[in-house]
Parts: sequence; structure tokens; C-alpha cells
Amino acid sequence: MSGPQMERREFLKFSLAAGGGLLIGFSLPEADMLATAQAQSATVFMPNAFVRIGTDDRVTVIVNHSEMGQGVYTALPMLLAEELDADWNKVGFESAPVDPKYNHPVFGMQITGGSSSVWSAFEQFRKAGAAARAMLIAAAAQQWNANPATLRTDSGAVLDGTNRKLTYGQLAEAAAKMTPPTEVALKDPKTFKLIGKPVKRLDTSEKVNGKAVFGIDVKMPGMLAAVVARPPIFGATMKSFDDSRARSMPGVRKIVAVPSGVAVIADSFWQAKMARESLHIDWDDSAMHTFSTSQMMQQFREQAKSPGTRVRREGDPDTAFSQAAKKIEAVYEFPYLPHAMMEPLNCAVDLRADSCEIWTGTQFQTVDRANAAKIAGLPPEKVQIHTTYLGGGFGRRANPQSDFVVEAVHVAKAVGAPVKVVWTREDDMQGGWYRPAFLHAIAGGIDSSGNAVSWRSRLVGQSIFAGTMFESLMKGKEYDPASVEGVDDLPYAIPNLAVESHKADVKVPVQWWRSVGHSHTGFATECFIDELATLAQKDPYQFRRALLPKHPRHLAVLDLAAQKAGWGKPLSKGRGRGIAVHFAFESYNAQVAEVSVEDGKIRVHRIVSAVDCGHYVNPGIIAAQLEGGAIFGASAALFQELTFENGRLQQTNFHTFPMMRMNECPEIETHIVESNEKSGGIGEPGVPCTAPAIANAIFAATGKRIRKLPIRMTEAV
Amino acid sequence: MVSFSVNKRRVNLDVDPSTPLLWALRENLGLTGTKYGCGIAQCGACTVHLNGEAIRSCVAPVSRAAGKEVTTIEGLSSDLSHPLQRAWIAEDVPQCGYCQSGQLMSAAVLLREKPQPTDEDIDEAMTGNICRCGTYPRIRKAIHRAAGMMAKGEAR
Repeated sequence: MSGPQMERREFLKFSLAAGGGLLIGFSLPEADMLATAQAQSATVFMPNAFVRIGTDDRVTVIVNHSEMGQGVYTALPMLLAEELDADWNKVGFESAPVDPKYNHPVFGMQITGGSSSVWSAFEQFRKAGAAARAMLIAAAAQQWNANPATLRTDSGAVLDGTNRKLTYGQLAEAAAKMTPPTEVALKDPKTFKLIGKPVKRLDTSEKVNGKAVFGIDVKMPGMLAAVVARPPIFGATMKSFDDSRARSMPGVRKIVAVPSGVAVIADSFWQAKMARESLHIDWDDSAMHTFSTSQMMQQFREQAKSPGTRVRREGDPDTAFSQAAKKIEAVYEFPYLPHAMMEPLNCAVDLRADSCEIWTGTQFQTVDRANAAKIAGLPPEKVQIHTTYLGGGFGRRANPQSDFVVEAVHVAKAVGAPVKVVWTREDDMQGGWYRPAFLHAIAGGIDSSGNAVSWRSRLVGQSIFAGTMFESLMKGKEYDPASVEGVDDLPYAIPNLAVESHKADVKVPVQWWRSVGHSHTGFATECFIDELATLAQKDPYQFRRALLPKHPRHLAVLDLAAQKAGWGKPLSKGRGRGIAVHFAFESYNAQVAEVSVEDGKIRVHRIVSAVDCGHYVNPGIIAAQLEGGAIFGASAALFQELTFENGRLQQTNFHTFPMMRMNECPEIETHIVESNEKSGGIGEPGVPCTAPAIANAIFAATGKRIRKLPIRMTEAV
Repeated sequence: MVSFSVNKRRVNLDVDPSTPLLWALRENLGLTGTKYGCGIAQCGACTVHLNGEAIRSCVAPVSRAAGKEVTTIEGLSSDLSHPLQRAWIAEDVPQCGYCQSGQLMSAAVLLREKPQPTDEDIDEAMTGNICRCGTYPRIRKAIHRAAGMMAKGEAR
């Protein structure tokens, strides 16, 4: 684990302990985790919070992370089933309720984020499986009057030396009466049967027959549907509204002001939406009615001309730059980006006098529960969250203010009946909490032998943490660590190096977006190192190699991607190759893109992605995440931006905010480095390298540099 | 009252005829496998078959279905036996899964019309369906796999 990342985790714990009032336990104390406190019925064996075994041999793994496509409902059960020696065909999963027992062992709350599910569960779930196994063995030993040490387990059964056999289902009742072990031994990784294998996902069947229940599919008796008319401009407040026409429309039950806007509650979504269109609302939009992103970027460019807050400084970058034999300066610009999950936000709430039940696809159960409880006027224990499948998350469903949950509780309170608030695509895209727009001004120089001697990055952009419960992550720092991650740990051996950060005072709500700061730092650093290589007249792959002597894991993925992509081999006419390498979320990724440009139109033909994510659990899921990460990154690189004029967002739906589609999708090849290092992340690390690899490939094909996203050849330099 | 058949079952719906078929299916008939993604026929998550043709149910008024046959993901097969469903499972296609009903319904029409589709055919038939998770490479493989299964007579 790297220093900065460890520090971040420590800070996160600290921040919650200090400010949030949400923290219940930093980690699961073993005794608690294995306690008999869990309800154990006579027929079902539930040795700890994470597994239940029925007399029918079914093993149900309770997963404390949300399934948003990244495969936790398969990977985490694999960890537990491995140590349990379960029969994989009998293993199922269930989403955990909100409970301190299910807190992330490092982050101290129930959360799915930071590409941390597998590494945080790696020991936790294995220990839970091993503890259950020990109790099943103890039960069999008692039944056979045998020494537990002489028994073994295989595929959901305990066996003795003579191959007598009792299945876990047959032992479940007796095992429930055993004392949970205080310590368990874990398998030697060499003996793993599941971990490391491309096991098929457990959730595929219900995702190909329409049975999977997402938040938007939740239905309960008497449930009403609601949509909310929210301000057209961020920061606007409602002065008054006229609902005289809307009120009389079919199915409408109630129209009421809530803190986020005007809620229209009807028998069905469509009726509510139709009625919303008949509302007349007078907004006070003076707060941001002159805001435009083009002006904002101009201001960012001005800010970047003066030194910012020091993030990192080595050597004497200013002198080294002024004395460099050759130098170059570049300004990189990044737009606001929405998460644009395929399932728009939604939340169903059943609020009663002494309870509040919530059904939603969330990444942030502990925070949502605390925020919902405040609105419901109930203690958090009286609020339960049922985590459904998430139709994509990418960070949006972990909102520090729980915006979509809190709003739904307000609506439920106003209507006095179970209600589901559904956001339209337009609501979702215009609802804020975007990847912040950023600007990087970079200056660098090389000496007369072509060695990189100086680098200075100045970043300008909004803080994600400022003003939220996570502000204490910035304690003692004048900058937001999430803004500079990925450049604050630039791995290249450049003797004179400075990283500086400027705050941007803009009121557009911003949030973590798949790969967070790395989504822009990866591009700026990997494009600029490529520019330095060109300045030095060196091959960009070899130039990087020479600057990574102390980073063998960077080197390994770089070499693997280059080799598999055929780096240096001839390409068909008009094509170019570009390379990028980046460390993020405890994993190393390198990508090589193959691109051609015709009449200003960019075609990405092929992407080769190599990852070192430490000790991996499911290579099939890892490949899928790398494929998806590259497509997510390519979509942003080629098509996506949010722009504001007169305070209004110009994009509303997929016709103005395009996604990569099947006909534009490159061939994607993925490779995994074999590793026994600690497990790293996989959901996010595959994103940052795609855009710079494409931009560098465009340079190779056309001689034009890309310094602004999304890529437009008309803006290339 | 609008009458039509859904997955071979006759239904009579007392619903405003201008209501999109998508919401009639989801809210009036409880068939939530068909998804809402954009509401403007841009993403394909709501794709169903109307008399065998793939349509975007988010922009089709329910009245358009009157007297016709609608097939949704729930009617593609009752037991995961459709070659596309089997291929989707074999290739581990879905990630979040939200768009996959629409992807499958688009692919089903493609395979019926072109039992051995080329990559270009796949591009043409599937480009209206967005997947934010980026499962396109696996969708492509799965369609080819399903076509192979059908050619070998492994499926209907």
C-alpha cells in the first residue's frame, strides 16, 4: 500500500470519528463478528454476519457492498466460499441491511467506493468462511466422536479418513450450537480452488430475464409515484408556484413544496410527469444566472498564471525550468461530467410513525441512513435501507448529502403514503454532483541529453471534499487530496518537480466520478510526459521506461501493454499508437490505443489494457472492468462534456450528451499481471489511461496534440 | 380501454391511450424487466417487440399496441433457454444489467432476420442500445455465439 493512499484512509477514519457522528466502529472486532449475537434458528446456521447455511445445503453470503456492475455479488461470495470449502453451485448472495456489522473495515461505514470492495473484504470474508467451516467440522467431530484435526472438508461437506461424509446442510443445526472460534487459520493461497479462477457471475441469470430488481422497479402496496420539479439553475430558490392546472390532472394526489423543489405525487410516474409539465414555478435564479463554463475556464487560465498552494516540491523547479535546454508549456482543460448511469436516480420510501423503510440503489448506506433519519425525525436504528441492484453507480449514488434519499423522505413525509421518487433522464443529467471541471497548466524541460529535468503542474478546479462531511480530509492541507491524486505521486524520476493547486470558487455541485481526480490527472500527466518525450526526440514508451527505475510495477504493466500491442511494429497507413500508464486505487494500469483520424473524425480501433491489481480474485470480472473502464474513458475522451450558459446546463439527455455505442467501440484486449501483492482496486483503475492513450495515438497518427477534452481535432495544436 | 397481447397473454388496460407503452408495461402490468433510460428513443433500454419488430416503448403510445402482440424480456423465454440468454450467460455479458433487457430484445430481432450476422450487421442492429458499463465487446461475442448455437441446431 502506498503512503498517500494509507494516509487518505486514515484521514477518512479520522474525519468520520471527528465530525460525522456516524462512526460506530472502525473495523469489525473479531469477537463481535463471530459472536452468537446473530439470530440462529434451529434449522439455519448463521455463524457470523456474512454467511447463512440452510439444511438444504444452500450457502447464502451476505454482501455488505452494493452490486453496481462491478461484480461484488460474485467476488465476495468467492472469498467466503473458498475458505468454507463450499459447493459453489449452492452458493447465493443477499444484500446486507444497514448495520455497523457491515461497515467497511477501513472506511468505518457502509460504503461501496474507492474501488475498495475486494481488497477490504479479502480477509474479512475469508475469515468469515473459515470460522463457519471450523464450526461445521466441530459439529461433525462431535457426531462422529472424532478428533476435528483428522477431518477435512470438500465441496460443501465434512469428510473423515474413511470418507464418511456429512453435508453442510446436514450439519447446519448442530453447527449452530458450536462455539465460534476466536481465531481461524486461512488457506495457503497455493491451495485456492476458487480465488483466481474466472468463475461465472452469480447475478447473470436474473439480469437476462428481467427479474433483477433495481430501485426503479420497487413496488409495494399502495405506493404512489413522484417526480420533483427542481431549480433550472443551481442555487435558485422557489418564489412561488401555480399548480391549479396540474392539480386537476388525472391521477394526481398531491403537489407540495419540498426543500429541493416542487413534488408532484400521482398514482403513476407518467401521470406525475405529465402534471409536472403543467406547473408554473417562479424561481429566484439570481445566484448563478450569469454563470458560464467558458468564462469559468478563462478565469481558471488566469488563476493558473500565479503560483498555487504547494502540494509537492522537490529540487528547484523554477531554476531548472529556466535553465533547461528545451522546454514546453501546455494547458489541459477538462469539462464537468455527469455519471449518467443507465438507471436514473430513484428512491422509494415507506415512512411510518416509528419506522422508515427505504428501497434504493445506493453506495452509501450509513450516510444515507443518518441523513434520512434526521428528516424522518427518527433515530437511525429505526431507518432501514434495502439495497437493490444499482443500474450503474460510478460514484453518483454515494452522495455526502444523500440528496436523492433525503428528498424522497421529504416527499414521503408530505404525502403520508409509501412513495417512489423517480428522476427523469433530464432530471438526472441536470441534477448536479458532477466530476469537477479542471485545468492543468504544466511546464517542463529537458537537458541537452534529452533527460527530463523539470516539471511543474498547476491545477485549478473545485474541491469535492470542501463543504461536506469529508472536509476534515483536508485538515492541515490547503488543498483537496481528491483534486491532486495521481499527480501528487507522479512516479517519473524528474529531479525538479512542483505540484501546486488552486481552489476554484464555483457553486456547481461536484462529486467523485469513476476514478475521481485520476480522471483528469491521468490525462494531463500522461499527455505531458508524451510531449516531453517528443521534445527529447525519444520513443514515448522508452522515455517513460527510463524515468521509472524505482517503480517496477509501473514498468511491468507498461511493458506488458506495449508488448501485447506490438509497440514499434508497423501499422497500417494513417494509424497511430499511443501509450499511457497510471497508478490509482492500489492498482497499476497501462494502455496502448490504436487510432486513425479521417476528415477530423477519430476512430479508436484497438485498446490493449494491462493491469497489476495485486492478488486477484476473479480474472473474468477484472477483464470486464478493464473493458468497461476503457469504454467509459473513451466515451469521455471522444464525446462528453457539460457546458453552462447563463447559468443553464446545455445538455439534457443522450442526444446532447453522447455515449460510445456499439459501432464506435474498439476491439479491447486485457491482460493481468500475476501478483502476490496485496489486492488492489479494479472498478476505477481502468479508466484514467484510456483518454491519454487515445490522445497520444492521435499525435502519432497526425502530429497534433490534444490538450482539451472532449477531443476535437479542430482544437488540436 | 386498450386491448393487446403481452407475452401471449391478453390484456385490457384502462389507461390513457397516450401513455407510453413502457410505463403501461411497467406500472400497469408489473413487467419491470423493460427499463426506462432516456424517454426519447436514444438509449434502447426500453426495447420490446411489437408484432415481432423491435420498438422503443418509451416513445410508443400504448394505443399503438392495440390489437397487436407485444413481447417483453419476460416473454423471450420462460426458462433462460433462448440462445441469446444462454450466450449472455456463457460470455458473462451483464455488468450492472440495467440495459441488458433492451440489448437482448434488439439482438433477438437481429438473429431472426440474420441468423449469421456479420460484425457490420451487429453494429447496425445494436447501435441504438447504449450500455454505460461498456459491455459491447461481450454483447458482440455473445451474439456470434448464439448464432453459432442456432446454426448447430442447439436451440430452436
